[in-house]
This record gives sequence, C-alpha cells and structure tokens, in this order.
Amino acid sequence: MSAVPDPIEAGLAAGWHVIDCATLLDDRTIEADVAIIGSGAGGGVTAEILTAAGLKVVIVEEGGLYSSRHFRMREAEAYPKLYQESAARKTRDKGINILQGRTVGGSTTVNWTSSFRTPAATLAHWQERYGLKDYNREALAPWFERMEARLHIADWPTPPNANNELLRQGAQRLGIHTAAIRRNVNGCWNLGYCGMGCPTNAKQSMLVTTIPAALTGGATLLTRARAERLVFKGDRAEHVLVAALDADGIAVTGRTVTLRARHVVVAGGAINSPGLLLRSGAPDPAKLLGKRTFLHPTLVSAGRFAHPVEGYAGAPQTIYSDHFLDTLPVGGPAGYKLEVPPLHPLLLSTTLAGFGAAHAEAMRHFANTQGMLALLRDGFHAGSQGGAVQLRPDGSAELDYAMTDYLWDGARRALLTMAEIQFAAGAQAVMPMHEMARHYGSWREAKEAIGALPMQPLLTRVASAHVMGGCTMAAASRDGVVAPDGRYRELANVSVHDGSLFPTSIGANPQLSIYAITARLADGLARQLTKDRTQAKAA
Amino acid sequence: MTTRRLFLKAGACGALALAAGGALYRGLQARSPERFNLDNAGRELLAALVPAIVGPALPAAAAPRRAAIDGTVERVRGAIAGLPLATQAELRDLFGLLGLAPSRRLLAGLPAWRDATPAQLQAFLQDWRLHRFAQLRAGYQALHDLVIGSWYADPSSWAAIGYPGPMKELA
Repeated sequence: MSAVPDPIEAGLAAGWHVIDCATLLDDRTIEADVAIIGSGAGGGVTAEILTAAGLKVVIVEEGGLYSSRHFRMREAEAYPKLYQESAARKTRDKGINILQGRTVGGSTTVNWTSSFRTPAATLAHWQERYGLKDYNREALAPWFERMEARLHIADWPTPPNANNELLRQGAQRLGIHTAAIRRNVNGCWNLGYCGMGCPTNAKQSMLVTTIPAALTGGATLLTRARAERLVFKGDRAEHVLVAALDADGIAVTGRTVTLRARHVVVAGGAINSPGLLLRSGAPDPAKLLGKRTFLHPTLVSAGRFAHPVEGYAGAPQTIYSDHFLDTLPVGGPAGYKLEVPPLHPLLLSTTLAGFGAAHAEAMRHFANTQGMLALLRDGFHAGSQGGAVQLRPDGSAELDYAMTDYLWDGARRALLTMAEIQFAAGAQAVMPMHEMARHYGSWREAKEAIGALPMQPLLTRVASAHVMGGCTMAAASRDGVVAPDGRYRELANVSVHDGSLFPTSIGANPQLSIYAITARLADGLARQLTKDRTQAKAA
Repeated sequence: MTTRRLFLKAGACGALALAAGGALYRGLQARSPERFNLDNAGRELLAALVPAIVGPALPAAAAPRRAAIDGTVERVRGAIAGLPLATQAELRDLFGLLGLAPSRRLLAGLPAWRDATPAQLQAFLQDWRLHRFAQLRAGYQALHDLVIGSWYADPSSWAAIGYPGPMKELA
C-alpha cells in the first residue's frame, strides 16, 4: 500500500456529502442554490468560489470518485476509469482520437500539467472579432495571478527529461526558439504518470484543490451521475434530470435524481456541454449551439535514437516551442505549437501505425523513442471553422470535425518540422504517424516522403487533448449563444463555465485559460446570486 | 494474396454492405443499445487477428503463444466492455459482418477465420488499412487499436520493449 496521504479518503471519513449514484436504490430529489454540471477545470473552480460565497452547491459528475490510492500508473486501469470512452473517444468519422477526462476533477485529473496563460494574439482576436472587450491581458491578469497562486503554477526547476530535452536541442540547432513550460504541481516526484492520475497528489488538479475545498465548505458531489437534460419552464431551467450510471459508468441503472436549483452552471467540457444543451432543446435561434468546436488537431512524429530516451520517465511536458505560432500571423496559414507527449506502451503502440513485424520492430525500440507533437491552432481562419457537436440516436454527444485543406496544409508542414528537429537532435530514423509512412533514415529522405504523403483522415493519424468551443461566448447574439458574462443568452438562470465558451482554439494547452476565465465568471455569478438572495430576503 | 483488382471491386460493394449491414443490425436491436458480449465467433476472429497484428512480439513456442493469444483476446473483451454502448453497437456490427461467411468473403476476402493463412490475414489488414473507403480504414484502426493496445497494456509484453513499468513502491 502507498504511504501517500489521500485527501479524498480523509474528506470522506470527515463526512463530505458525496453520493455515488451507482448505489442509489430509489429516485431522489435534491435542492440547491446552484447545480454545477461537471467537476473539471470550469466546474471545480466555480464550485469552490460559489461555495465560499455561501451558496449551496451540488456538483454532478459522470465519472467516478478516484484518488491517489487508485492511481496505480497502469494504462489498462486508468483509461477506462478516468477518461471519456476509455481514452478512445473519436470524432464522428473516427479520424481524430480525443483524450478527455471523465472522473472527479475531469481532464485536470489526467492532464500533463502544462500551464499557459491565454496568448495575447488569441485575446486580441476575441476582442476584435467577437467583441469580448473585457477579455484583454490587463483585465485577466489578476485572475491568472489568483489561479496560478491557488494551483501552485510555477516554473519547473528540475531539468527536462530526455524526451523534452531532445526537442530543445534539435530546435536550437535549427534556430527555433524553445522555452520551459510552467506546471501546476506541488512537491512533484518527477515520475511521468500524470496521464494516469497523480499517485502522489502533487498535481494541483481540481481533484485535490477546489473540489475538496467546496466539499469541506458543504457542497454535495454526485458521482456516476449523468445530466440527461435541463427541464425548462419558460426561460428558466426548472430542474436538471440526472440519470444514475452503473458502477463502471457504461449503462444507466434506471434511478434518477431530480436536481432543483436556482441557477445551473454547465461545465461538462466542450463536447458534453453543448450535447447537454442540445439534448435539452435549449433555445438557439441563430443555430450556433455546438458549432465552432475546436480541437488543436495534433500530429505526432516518432524519432529513434541510439541512446535511451525513456519517454515514460519524468515530468511529461516541460519544453515547448511557439516558433511556428509566433512567426505566422494569427489569420494566416495554420500555425502549430510544438510539445512532446509522455510515451507509455498502450498509448504509443496504438498511435504507431502498422501491424505485424514492422510494428513489433518499432516497439522493440520503445525505450529509445522520442515523441513529438504539433498542435494546430484552429478557428482563426475561413478555412478552419471547427466542428459541430451532434447527438447520436441514443442521445449521447459526438463531434463531427472535418480536417480541411487549410488544416491538412498545416499538418504536412508540422510533420516536416518535427522530422527535421528530430534529425537535428540526432535521431537515427524518424517515422511520422501516417499509415503510409515508415521509418526514414535521413532528413532528406523524410522530407521527400512527407511531401508526397496523402493528407487524409484515417491515413494521417490525428489526435486531440484539447476540446474547445461549441457554446461560443461573444458580445453579439449572432456570434455566440453565451454572453461575455458566461450567461446562456436565451435562458434566465443558466451559465456555461468551461472550455466550450472559447470562440476559437486557445493556441496553447487550455487548462489555465479555463481556470482564470471561469474564476472571473464565477466571481461575478456569486455576487449576482448572493445579491438576489439578499433582495429576496429583504422583500 | 487475393487479386487486388477483385478486392477493390468487392471493396466498393463492401463499404455499402458495411453501411447497410450496420443499419440492419441496428434495426434488429432494442431501442436502448445493449452491451456487446464477445461471442465465440468474435473470439475466433480475434484469435486469428492477434498473431497477425501483434506479429513477432508474441512468444514463438506453442504453449506460451496460445496463452498469450488467449490473454489478449480476453483483454480485448474487457476493453470493449469499457466503451460507450453506442461504440459497442458499432463493434457488434463490425464483428457481426466479419463473422458471417458471405459478408466476410465480400468485405475481407477471407475464408473462415480459423482457416485463414497468415498471408491472407496480412493482405486483409493491409487492404483495409489503406482502403479508399474511409469506413473500412476506420474498421482496420478499431481492430488495430483494440488488439495492439490489449497486448502492450499487459505487463508480460513490457520486458521485450525495455519498459520497466511504474515505480514498484507506489504501484
């Protein structure tokens, strides 16, 4: 057994209000001031702030409550327990694999801790195109500072692992600027298993920060609880109908929870939030709901080195390059951010194209493999309008996202860049993740081959760990279903507090953007709701 | 190898059959989708595909090879059970069509799974992998990811790739 203290276990022992809905034998009705759908970056931050303001909060989480004592650093256990669709969630055409959390803490429980403020170029575009005047650096700075302090976001003093260091070295040799990534950790052991839940509680995810604070403050948490729909009466959500899921989270048990709240905050992430609102039949006169959903479509390249890289060991993401974002104008050809992924056997083996002898040979060099990622900045150009969240016949949400010629052009340039950097770092061979690619022995050979690879879905391997948009926030109703204060325009008591607000992709790992922006929205909402309550009492 | 030309011709019909077959399967299902429990036909399919996909990473000696294949098939069953019901329904369509002799011959150009030679299995995987119909490429990737993921998820595969596994003291 692990000797690491488990704050969740301690909180449960101290009497937190947590209901595992898989165990419900009867239907329930619960009343609260605010129902928060989702316990990830947006839901967690909102829960802490509203609870601190004295509001009675109920948090609804589709996943289970797992904590450090369950985090055994094994992919086979972690993916089904902690991720949407066992980490195999896909776009409608199956062309893009999407990593999103589904557990208490949401994606923050399983992300790789990379913390960036919203880039200035992104905010400038939002102000100009979407009229988000208050979303400028100065106005957001105090909220970034507040959340950075809350979540221990700071420079990471430990030297990068070899996987990250090779990105730095290769880029440097080519005159490509790199920098260090700030991380939300406190007492990190530098293990490298952030994606399977932090076994030492060092990662300052929602699971060990805001959610425990809210629960200690009297909030209630429902787990294995899927918000089926908001039930409207006039322009108000009268209650939330919640379906209980069975212990593994796959099927509904038939038990329901009726959640009556004065206000509902939708924070289920940028696929499930629009999905819930669509399923509920939320008014959407301009037909914008679920549209403009973005992914940072991500290309992957594997370099083989003569020496061990051990991409599974050490903090997963510590070096990045914005060279190909900074040197391309925001509305120009698709730019991309360069990072590296942690390499673990299941994730790498499924991402590596091919089968049989060729695949086994590639895996034989697992420990000497360096992985590189290029995240395309989507949503800033006419050639990148994003995908649309839709409902399957069973009511579940899925994302229809087509890679456009504009994005494929970026994808090819990204694969070329990564191969060039990997060779510059000393790779013996490089394989871009594409079904028609193989290991190339030189930059010259790789350049020619990548130039000729057909860029098509399900040939080029594309992944995403950042889903954004779908409940666009904008000053004008023609541009977005949500107003700049986070309120759903057509409803009097519904807000959206998660990455689905973003009018474009962020152009950086989005967690800190979600923390800071939803902290400000939650602060405003808390003032509004406590004022309403004071006025109601006075009257 | 089946002749490429014949296969491509079959492929065009095949993609249509896959779509139509899927609709038929779904039509026969109850309104709320049920779990997909891997049946004997599905296990036979996987027992044939595991060696083709995992390749020389599998042990060569007969008994450990048999055990490794069985273990991988069992883990694929577990992986499927962890997917949403909508995805389980899609996999039921895929396994159903690849399990029935006429649709398997049309779509994959294969005899019964237990009779398929390594060369035939390799040709099937390679054809679907690069097929001009995206739906068949998606079918290939589903089989690839389920099988290869189930193999490398297991600690027994780790020594051969130089992965030490997580820190023992914490795991």
